Amino acid sequence: MSTKRQVHLAAHFPGVNNTTLWGDDRAESQIAFSSFEHFARNAERGSFDYLFLAEGLRLREQKGRIHDLDVVGRPNTLAVLAALAGVTSHIGLVGTLQTTFNEPLELAKQLATLDHLTDGRAGWNVVTSSDAFHGANFRRGGFLDHADRYTRAAEFIELSRELWDSWQSDAVVAGATVGGLATGPFADRSRIRDVDHHGPQFDVTGTFPVPRSPQGHPVVVQAGDSDEGRDLAARHAEVIFSLHTEFDDAQAYYRDITARLERVGRSKDELHILPGATFTVGDTPADAEERSRAIRRAQVSPATAIAFLEQVWNRDLSSYDVDGPLPEVDPDYEGAAITRGRARHTRDVPALVQSWRDLAEAEHLSIRDLVIRASTRGGFVGTPEHIAAEIDRYVQERATDGFVVVPHTNPYGLDEFVDRVVPLLQERGVYRESYDEGATLRETLGLPGTITERQAVSA
Amino acid sequence: MPDRIILVTALQGAGWHPAAWRVAGPAALRLTSLRHWRDVVVEQDRLGVDAVTIEDSFTAGPTDPAGDLDTRTVVGHLDALLVANAVAPATRAVGLVPTVSVTHTEPFHVATGLQTLDHVSLGRAGWRIQVSPTAREAALFGRRPGGDDVSALFAEAREVAEVVSRLWDSWDDDAIIRDVTTGRFIDRDRIHNAAFVGEYVSVHGASIVPRSPQGRPPVFSLAHRSDAAAFAVDTADVVLVTPGFDGREERELLTEIRALEQAAGSDVRHPVLADLAVLIGSSPAAAADELAALDAAAGTPYAGVADTSVLATTVPELVSRIGALRDIGFAGVRLRPLRIPVDSTAIARQLVPALVTAGLRADVASRPTADLRTRLGLAPAVSRYASVSGSAPVEVSA
Repeated sequence: MSTKRQVHLAAHFPGVNNTTLWGDDRAESQIAFSSFEHFARNAERGSFDYLFLAEGLRLREQKGRIHDLDVVGRPNTLAVLAALAGVTSHIGLVGTLQTTFNEPLELAKQLATLDHLTDGRAGWNVVTSSDAFHGANFRRGGFLDHADRYTRAAEFIELSRELWDSWQSDAVVAGATVGGLATGPFADRSRIRDVDHHGPQFDVTGTFPVPRSPQGHPVVVQAGDSDEGRDLAARHAEVIFSLHTEFDDAQAYYRDITARLERVGRSKDELHILPGATFTVGDTPADAEERSRAIRRAQVSPATAIAFLEQVWNRDLSSYDVDGPLPEVDPDYEGAAITRGRARHTRDVPALVQSWRDLAEAEHLSIRDLVIRASTRGGFVGTPEHIAAEIDRYVQERATDGFVVVPHTNPYGLDEFVDRVVPLLQERGVYRESYDEGATLRETLGLPGTITERQAVSA
Repeated sequence: MPDRIILVTALQGAGWHPAAWRVAGPAALRLTSLRHWRDVVVEQDRLGVDAVTIEDSFTAGPTDPAGDLDTRTVVGHLDALLVANAVAPATRAVGLVPTVSVTHTEPFHVATGLQTLDHVSLGRAGWRIQVSPTAREAALFGRRPGGDDVSALFAEAREVAEVVSRLWDSWDDDAIIRDVTTGRFIDRDRIHNAAFVGEYVSVHGASIVPRSPQGRPPVFSLAHRSDAAAFAVDTADVVLVTPGFDGREERELLTEIRALEQAAGSDVRHPVLADLAVLIGSSPAAAADELAALDAAAGTPYAGVADTSVLATTVPELVSRIGALRDIGFAGVRLRPLRIPVDSTAIARQLVPALVTAGLRADVASRPTADLRTRLGLAPAVSRYASVSGSAPVEVSA
């Protein structure tokens, strides 16, 4: 038996951005449940650790109108994950859920419900936001100061854990049956603790409405990349959905998180780092490159190229020819952002624009070519053997603990990875042949018990 | 023969009687499992019940006289919306009507959660709208003091119902165009912001979910008191009344609903269902004995605390009761089984065939597949934007 480090894989349901090729011949509805069912069953066929689903709280906008070039529209995260509980048996179901536009009692109730309905396969990707754009769809609007995003998220998680821990696992006793009629109480009141929480963000008092779920706490995932986001993850998360896919960068990130974990008294074994990445498989290296080029070109349609540039330039560029050179006009650094509803990771725009101008000039790139180059990141391209070897290398050399696989098409985009890459990982002895029967998501991930249980043991 | 009465089963825990779990056997320990819910709902589905409602609350359960959680009855339960979604793939025809409260929950989440249920069930979603009036519930959120004036809670609920309805209409049926030539996935002129500004809630944008099969899933509301009745007539598609509660009789309750409809100037005649709590026995005496045993175990007669008529009855008695309700103008009944699965099984396996024999229901096999609105006799939900597609923008009044 191999003692090699094991690879963990998550399957990202294709999202509402230009990674997803909706114009593909085999692309199907992004909202029909049949798409979700196919995707989930296929990920389960590939023994993936979990299926991952993002959340939508407002349709994205550009220049004051709904962005219409990518997939638009998706289901309510919790509702569709509950439906998937009914058609899967082993795979974890993880959803992104906001701490800003939810209340702890309600979200903790729903996550505990999902954990019950899945027999312990639920996970929660904790995200924060504070912007008034999303807030406009909610009662309180953009109520939260940007600086309070992470303090609210941390208190939200701690309070959720308190709620989940308030029922002991043996609280429901449903007394012994005597002569056909059970006697005694339904539950042992002494095993249900009332919560009385008073903090800067929340005041919650009373009895949690859901008995303790199979995992106790759903697996907590975090995706923040800022300094505060990394600290939040080190304290509270069990999986990080990271952005770092270049090998050296990934290794540096891995070391950084390991150090942060140590500072809060946790071990790296208690947290997995899984970057999101695309995988383009070909029969030969040249075939894979060709497929990748075709995918990139399809992802960056002429209209998408202009829209992408507008996000950086922060101006209307609709009169420019995508097959022509970059605009000579400089970006608008002062004006309000014209793109709303999506996270941007670029901080130094002038430096970025200068690097693009240099690249475009050196290689005579058109707007569309430049955008294709500039927006390509985190992709693995090659034969199944090459891709399996790369995944193995990343994991053995502690750059990651696996990947979140982001397919290009819905719902069949994962099929080829399952058919051609997964068996090679299994041959290498670094990936499970099948699920352990009855395993919870936390057990499938090979993570220890919940944070609270460990604290209780060490106390 | 068409269906002449609507039959809905109200699901809650081990049943509506506080001592019901005592006769549920090992099932009492499985009330929070998918297996339990799937078994119960699939039975209603296969045997032709029109819809199931699923109760919910933010509290763990009722309180005892001292004000503490009463653990002599079932405490703890799952989120109804998620249970409905989880059983949807295993069912084919039955309507799925979770209770979703509007007092503490964000209208945007209410709207998208129910739209998703409608997509997952291919048009079988409904919404039992409810307010959460108690201080116990408010304390679990800590956002408002609780003990709000009931009229304020209903005023807020009206706003939420309006916002949810607008979000449900926010995507036209044909908003998704997938036009490869222009690179446009949607026609954004076919997506409309909710643009609702109210006293209690405001929602600016469109739903994140494309229009669902029914467009607007039918809304059910319980009219067990007069302010609730006025709310139900104004906001719901299906009105539930509770005969026997507060000393009020069936005919009087129906008359009240019709008077409220008239007062509202509406020509809509809502389907009105009578809520009846039922224990179904093999004979009147057996049913009475079984109820007496449950009441003894609970320590108090359920009829004294229930908010509707409690019937220890038989299938033939229930058939004639339902026939009589139909004769005075009720569209049907929502039955609250006192024991689950004993009485829910009796509803599906015995009552449904007896109603067919009595000419009150169509045979299951001959019933066409239909969405929930159709099963309830409701007209298709036409979007408020439908008539103006391509012409001037419509004005929508709050």
